[in-house]
Amino acid sequence: MIATVPGPTDEASVTPETLIEVKNLAVTYGEVRAVDGVDLTIGAGEVLGLAGESGCGKTTVANALMQILKPPARIADGTIRFRGEDITHDSEEALRRFRWRNVSIVFQSAMNALNPVMKVGNQFVDMMRAHERISKRNALKSAGELLEIVGIDERRLSSYPHELSGGMRQRVIIAMALALQPELVIMDEPTTALDVVVQREILQQVRDLQRERGFAVLFITHDLSLLFEFASRIAIMYAGEIVEEAPARELQVRALHPYTEGLLRSFPPLRGPVARMTGIPGTPPDLAHPPKGCRFNPRCSYCSPDRPELYALQTEVRPLLHEAAPDHRVACHLVEAGR
Amino acid sequence: MTTGLEVRDLTKHFPVGNGVVRRAQVHAADDVSFTLRPGTITALVGESGSGKSTVGHLIARLQDPTSGQVIFEGRDVATKRSRADIMRYRSQVQMIFQDPFSSLNPVKTVRHHLARPLLLHKLVPRGGIDTAIRELLTTVGLVPPDQIAAKYPHELSGGQRQRVAIARALAVAPTVVVADEPTSMLDVSIRIGILNLMLDLKQERNLAFLYVTHDLASARYVADDVLVMYAGQIVERGPAERVLSEPLHPYTELLLSAVPDPDHTDTGVFEHRKGRSSAAIDPAPGCRFRDRCEIAVERCSHETPALVEVRATHAARCHVRAPSPALREEVHVEPLR
Repeated sequence: MIATVPGPTDEASVTPETLIEVKNLAVTYGEVRAVDGVDLTIGAGEVLGLAGESGCGKTTVANALMQILKPPARIADGTIRFRGEDITHDSEEALRRFRWRNVSIVFQSAMNALNPVMKVGNQFVDMMRAHERISKRNALKSAGELLEIVGIDERRLSSYPHELSGGMRQRVIIAMALALQPELVIMDEPTTALDVVVQREILQQVRDLQRERGFAVLFITHDLSLLFEFASRIAIMYAGEIVEEAPARELQVRALHPYTEGLLRSFPPLRGPVARMTGIPGTPPDLAHPPKGCRFNPRCSYCSPDRPELYALQTEVRPLLHEAAPDHRVACHLVEAGR
Repeated sequence: MTTGLEVRDLTKHFPVGNGVVRRAQVHAADDVSFTLRPGTITALVGESGSGKSTVGHLIARLQDPTSGQVIFEGRDVATKRSRADIMRYRSQVQMIFQDPFSSLNPVKTVRHHLARPLLLHKLVPRGGIDTAIRELLTTVGLVPPDQIAAKYPHELSGGQRQRVAIARALAVAPTVVVADEPTSMLDVSIRIGILNLMLDLKQERNLAFLYVTHDLASARYVADDVLVMYAGQIVERGPAERVLSEPLHPYTELLLSAVPDPDHTDTGVFEHRKGRSSAAIDPAPGCRFRDRCEIAVERCSHETPALVEVRATHAARCHVRAPSPALREEVHVEPLR
């Protein structure tokens, strides 16, 4: 990393284990603030889940971390620190070395990210040689090992992408993301386009690898039930903000934010009694004109003029994340007022 | 009177590849038989490539079957060709598609989308169109109807668009509705709303729904009956609760174990099984699931299992779990849980 811009020396202790620390991140697309004041910390070896609906800004957070935002999107505010160093304003060259080596990313339809006219093996070689001095032979050897790890025969190095199934291509991309042994792998809906059986196989492999090699994962998805199984901590995003964050188990049994509660009510169970579910009324707001106060207030069943003082807060004042229980943060006036 | 719809031995083969003498055939649907009863939702579940959408298309008459029958009002309509017959059938059997972003015309208002089927099928006099549209929009929960009717698709959210598509399907007062993954493109928080709407409609209008999906939990939520499809065949069918809590077929078990489940946080249960869905291309005799199956026996590799009823209305296509009565003594039957 190139020389650090000294950041504000605030209370947030950057412990040695903290890998990424995002402070007050805001990303704008012109007038629209797609991400607005997001704080996020990812520890070494941790699996952090980031859940939310489409348009909530979760992919924008991922792209901001990698600093691959495309104009007109830009980081308008906040800092991103990697191992304590501010990388928010690093040069293109420094970022180029940072990407893939320190942090890699697997996109949602990554299976379409492979070059269709190039053999899989050569794509590994290209990527690896762009980042380190390695002979073609050694690169291929290490690529073969990586493929075996994600459950693909190393002979597939000489296949073209169209000769592989969607699930296999997605595995190839995951193997590439791991090639330079990054400390953090961002996975943005890595299995959404795949069938459940294939999804399960891939996730199992990712988790085994994660345990074996100890890299951290930022796992982005709309499927909360998946995160309960795979993430150690979960952050819930709504309309550009993080509204709740807690250990996975805690969030599952004791969700505090009405939006999180609503999300939990949106997944029919596979076991137990089948009762009529309600989901969440209404639709997410237009971020060009977000509601005043709490952005969830128009859809919130706890927001009613019957409690005038609370109502005034909910509709006028933006709630901030606060620690409602140990290691459990939530941005909600209702919780702050003791429900 | 509504009698629902019955399909018998419905079969659809597609050629694939570019063989010169004879092209390989994908058996997208093979001898598919079931009944859609009025006032019930039947879920057709399976992975992509299992043939579930093909079955939906065959019922909606978007494709012609290779063989087999679609019996509606006592007549086989699978190969009916006259315009009048097709018009009549289409007014009774409607389809809702997965993608509400591409199934509506972007330059036409909601009103246009709903008025068109009403006029085409001459269901209401011209003067009654606006009232009919108002009623339809209210039925699907789009209020206030007059404001919604004046909007263009791009002014609506995904969930609202899907409701317009449902209203359009209902415009012709069908008795059967095929819904092909109607929620998979929608945000999680609004999916339940569409499923609830299906539940309400089946009750209020006594509709027979075919709900095509890959999502087992949603199938359990809405469906009365479940059909599980694998490589072009129905491998299990029965009451939804039974099939999903006490599955017979190993493939149903595999699907169930793959669903993300907050309650088994550390699995290890799930085994990677070999074999892929190419089992539908020029299938040889035998069970199409055998290469992925953990309980396969010798018979599975040369004899195609039939769909055998093990309990009342609960049937599976498996030599081990659902042996045909004649063979029952020869095969070791795994005890059911």
